[in-house]
Amino acid sequence: MALPKRKKSKSRRDKGRTHWKLTAPTVVKCPQCDEPKLPHRACPSCGFYKGRAVISAKA
Amino acid sequence: MRHRKKVAKLGRTASHRKALLANLAKSMIIHGKIKTTDAKAKELRRVVERLITFGKKGTVHTNRQAFRVLQDRKLVNTLFEHIAPQYADRNGGYTRIVKLGFRDNDCAPVSLIELVDYKFPEEAKKAKPKKKTEEPEQNN
Repeated sequence: MALPKRKKSKSRRDKGRTHWKLTAPTVVKCPQCDEPKLPHRACPSCGFYKGRAVISAKA
Repeated sequence: MRHRKKVAKLGRTASHRKALLANLAKSMIIHGKIKTTDAKAKELRRVVERLITFGKKGTVHTNRQAFRVLQDRKLVNTLFEHIAPQYADRNGGYTRIVKLGFRDNDCAPVSLIELVDYKFPEEAKKAKPKKKTEEPEQNN
């Protein structure tokens, strides 16, 4: 069976990991209250979606 | 053949899933809108829209088909007499799903699923309160 000849050095291990990145979530401005919110979701601060109160605001 | 007939399994056995969706469908008929996870809402849509189509046909047969899911004469009656007539002019798409965000506890994506432009039978109930008790015999 094929086996690695050498242990992967810290340097090479870490070089590979440079591609592990977090992606920032897309955030849009709520047209109702100007708070930041996630797209395609009701606004958590004012409870509006598509110009209509969907749910009463929690906070 | 079940080619391309995909159904969300929701991590449950067939019987468990059936019971869950029946339960959610009942809640929809009682409350008009419910909050649940995205996946459940999407699957529930299928069940509830079928029920409303049964209600719009309004035959004895469809009444029994609806009863197979709801298991409650009262709810079948609300569906047939109150909910279905409201959608007489709408060809499908009786439900609306609005995504709400993520649940605090387990970070599950939560949605609101509602009957589109639904009006509760509140005024109708006060005007004719006897109707609910009279109807069940006819459907047996």
